[in-house]
Amino acid sequence: MEDLLFYLFAFVVIGSASVVVLSKNIMYSAFSLLFTFFGVAGLYVLLFADFVALTQIMVYIGGILVLIIFGVLLTTKITGVDIKSGTTGKVQLITASVVVVIIAISLILLFTNVEWVNQEFVQPNTTIDSIGFAFMTKYLLPFEIAAVLLLIALVGATLIARRK
Amino acid sequence: MEEANFVFNMIGENWIAFAIISLLPMIFLLAYALIAILGELKISAFIQERLGPMRTGPWGIIQPVAEVVKLLQKEDITPDSANKPLFNLAPFIMFAASYAGFAVIPFSSYFVPSGINLGLFFLLAVGSLGIIGLLMGGWASNNKYSLLGGLRAVAQIVSYEIPAAMVILTIAVMAGSLDLQEIIRQQSGWFWNWFVFGGSGGWIKIIFLPFSFIMCIIYIIASLAETNRTPFDIPEGESELVAGYHTEYSGMKFAMFFFAEYANMFIVSAIITIIFFGGWNSPFGDFMGGPIWGVFWFVSKAFVFVFLQIWLRWTLPRLRVDQLMYVSWKVLLPFSFVCFLALSLLVMLK
Repeated sequence: MEDLLFYLFAFVVIGSASVVVLSKNIMYSAFSLLFTFFGVAGLYVLLFADFVALTQIMVYIGGILVLIIFGVLLTTKITGVDIKSGTTGKVQLITASVVVVIIAISLILLFTNVEWVNQEFVQPNTTIDSIGFAFMTKYLLPFEIAAVLLLIALVGATLIARRK
Repeated sequence: MEEANFVFNMIGENWIAFAIISLLPMIFLLAYALIAILGELKISAFIQERLGPMRTGPWGIIQPVAEVVKLLQKEDITPDSANKPLFNLAPFIMFAASYAGFAVIPFSSYFVPSGINLGLFFLLAVGSLGIIGLLMGGWASNNKYSLLGGLRAVAQIVSYEIPAAMVILTIAVMAGSLDLQEIIRQQSGWFWNWFVFGGSGGWIKIIFLPFSFIMCIIYIIASLAETNRTPFDIPEGESELVAGYHTEYSGMKFAMFFFAEYANMFIVSAIITIIFFGGWNSPFGDFMGGPIWGVFWFVSKAFVFVFLQIWLRWTLPRLRVDQLMYVSWKVLLPFSFVCFLALSLLVMLK
């Protein structure tokens, strides 16, 4: 059952991700990102990372994807770029493919050759407690720094958006 | 309470049980939609001093059935210049996103489709999924009114998610849990244990009553905006945008949008019921308690808020776009910050 679900989600992720890359229509790319993000969230659930999965949906679909689509909709109206033409040249396509294939091969070699130390698997009831404790104890400084960074970004965005 | 799902208790944990569990909310939703449509017609008639539908059945109570049959047999039009794949996909995404919320709604202490520990967070996350369908429909219709409706909807929903998230954060602090069943169990007993009255605890909570009331009102306002209901229906304001993002839709696909809106109305009402009004708990201690009466209490409390939404829709005028942003960022957000601090103080004092 779980294997079946894994292959279903993997198929959704790979299929929609290839639409994102290969589609000539930017809107198709933007909208199929929805299925990519959703499939990745499903994979997280299968790995018992429930909190990460929901954060994935919340942040990537509810936030970033909406902003991407919003941006595409608005910029095409302003700059007049035709969103239906795939203007990427052959040169970029070939170079990108070569680089991607090289990275993929080296990653596969890395994964198969390194001897991974596997911890004994304990199915967690919920991950949110341990995430919370880790944030407030061991990783307090990185957590606070990230919070300050977000605050700076917020203040900066307000400053830019404010009319003089 | 080891296994909080009566279907699993009856026929065991197999795929038939999973199928039944995932279909039960759908059956409820179909019945609820008929009642809500009738409610919308009759309440609007009452508010406007009309009779409303009177011909179909006694006092017109079969009218929703007639409306559904009418919608089913209408021609399914796809505009020539619309983007067909996205145009046809949008209503389904919209409805799937609404129905996803039902996965964690606890109808009773013995029935919740999926009793995950992160129920509240899940509702917040899938609540933001629907906008994608809305934007998709708005863009694919190839109609300037639809596109404007889609853009307005995004600006509105993204803004109002923030006060709503602050309220949910406060509830998480007060309950110390994101599990909806656990949140409801903490509000058991008499109605003064509900989170709208500051939760269970000593008399010190009376000082904090205004804050919890304001929190509840903030969530009700924000949830109206998230379901695109008047006074926040600027994405589909008919006097400005024809019908907004669903201008070009007809027949079954329009019905899907319509159905998704009603499902969303119930979901936000259910959230208000769960986080502020004690979910399936009886308001009077053990009077009419237990799992079966729990369904009754939960559904009737949720229906009160569905009624409130219909009532507000037919009495209030629509906000302007700038007023909408003003309400979210300059009124609801600062108030929710203050209330969050105050209620956190209450949790520390208890």
